[in-house]
Amino acid sequence: MRIVVLAKPVPDAGQERLRNDFRMDREATTEVINGNDEYALEAALKLVEASPDGGEVVLLAMAPDHAQETLRKGLALGAASAVLVTDPALEGSCALTTAHVLAAALRELSFDLVIAGVDTSDGGGGVVAAGVAALLGLPYLSYAARIEPSDGRVRVRRITPNGYEVLEAPMPALISATQALGAPRYPTLKGIMGARRKEIVIRTLADLDLAGARARGVEVGGAAATARVTGSRPRAPRGTPKVVQGSPAEAAQEVVTFLAERRLI
Amino acid sequence: MAGAIWVLGESKGSDLARVSAEVATLGSALGAAAGLDVVGVVAGASPDGLAAEFARYLPLVHSLAVPEAAETAFASAVGPSLAALVEREQPAYLLVGATSDGRDIAGILSVLLGWGVIANASAILWQDGRPEVEVSILGGKLLTTSVFTGQHGIITVRPTSVTAEPLASRGSVVPVTVSPEIALPAVTVVSRVAEESEAVPIDEARVIVCAGRGVGGPEGMHLVQALANELGGTVGASRAAVDSGWIPYSQQIGQTGKTVKPRLYVGLGVSGAMQHMVGMRTSETIVAVNRDAEAPIAEVADLVVIGDLFAFVQALISALQARST
Repeated sequence: MRIVVLAKPVPDAGQERLRNDFRMDREATTEVINGNDEYALEAALKLVEASPDGGEVVLLAMAPDHAQETLRKGLALGAASAVLVTDPALEGSCALTTAHVLAAALRELSFDLVIAGVDTSDGGGGVVAAGVAALLGLPYLSYAARIEPSDGRVRVRRITPNGYEVLEAPMPALISATQALGAPRYPTLKGIMGARRKEIVIRTLADLDLAGARARGVEVGGAAATARVTGSRPRAPRGTPKVVQGSPAEAAQEVVTFLAERRLI
Repeated sequence: MAGAIWVLGESKGSDLARVSAEVATLGSALGAAAGLDVVGVVAGASPDGLAAEFARYLPLVHSLAVPEAAETAFASAVGPSLAALVEREQPAYLLVGATSDGRDIAGILSVLLGWGVIANASAILWQDGRPEVEVSILGGKLLTTSVFTGQHGIITVRPTSVTAEPLASRGSVVPVTVSPEIALPAVTVVSRVAEESEAVPIDEARVIVCAGRGVGGPEGMHLVQALANELGGTVGASRAAVDSGWIPYSQQIGQTGKTVKPRLYVGLGVSGAMQHMVGMRTSETIVAVNRDAEAPIAEVADLVVIGDLFAFVQALISALQARST
């Protein structure tokens, strides 16, 4: 079983900042592997460990060069190697062009499954994985709470707004992962030491075959982004909260009055 | 109708998803500002019933039959047909709810059409001859405005961004068919399981009572549920409560769960980890009940109750019941 995990380095929650050009500041803060991608990685590691013929997990990211540090964290958890697509021209890429770049990078890799988190904590659009699957002609099984491969096919329990559905498709396939797959493991000291020796393959735009994108009339890179942010403003602060203390009955009465004033009850 | 604004309707079970009605209302306001027609589209194995429901909110709804959607995964089944319909009818913009199906469809249509996506809109204005999309980012700390660089685009809209308003008179439903030239790999639906719940889905709820670690266990969850019942709300949870197995993942609010924007959020024993607050900060009114006066959730709350959670919630339920009798 060979699995590629799309692992996006993102600023740690609460530390994100926008630069003056409204792009995410990726230099100033510590980065981590996006939370939902960590669930993807954990699920992938478990599948490989359970596979009778072994296999390995490879990380794939499109990010600035310094994201190598963050990818090492995934290597420390057990991924065998990583591919980092990095190029100054990719800064400011939109979801569409990102999907094309990731698809081009995946065309050079062999895999039974690609697993990605359902969305990222920085962009949060949750559309790139579906786009990659459509570009590569891979069956797309999203919002996975359970992944069960067998005999060249894979079954996924997909979370729906009112329950779940069980999906099945032949491999190779692309799956989007939710937290319901299970918590990621912690790195061991051995894992952290071993990660230093694992390979991170660097690919620039010039290394990728983007004929597929061009055939669809799509140029990649920040300059060709299909959408851009033109402004930002902080949300108006709420002000100091009203604090209620005292006996439960008194506090309850104060809260009822507060809710009634706001016409919430 | 070239240049129109299209709104994609989706189902929840056998009904129209509430977010679709909301997006129709948002799209109608945008169309009025832009001077563009607004048209609904419902795709599915037998879309007519849903399309009729959608026509309560829009003057014209295309009902696009895609028989494959009966037994194969929705977005991959309808994506190529929707793309073919868009190429034939030439609308300018597509709007869809930022739900699991909505995002899957947006991602697929984006690459099939070569259109950009602006995700998670909370409002859309018409400025300088194009949509200007307001998005709440970084867990509600910032509001950004975004535009498409080209003449087309797909916008996903967060649930509860607007209140759905039916039209005075029902619109018309027009069945349409297309023959897409491409197909995406079929994903078989082996089974569909609806988990019976009378509660509104967490991301559509107007009132949420949220359980945190401080709730302590299943017994505490009963109290959370009782308060939710009294307030007419849905029970949500922090990741700590989900990881403890007190409540399913579907109710989780936060970075790896749902983003919610209810009129009222009541946090019970929720300390306010950043990963939770990014999912609830934009709630209209936030009430936090906590033993610890220094808990970070106080930073985003309108009202903080300091004290014993169980005694307070029991007293609040009694006070609410006394008020309603």
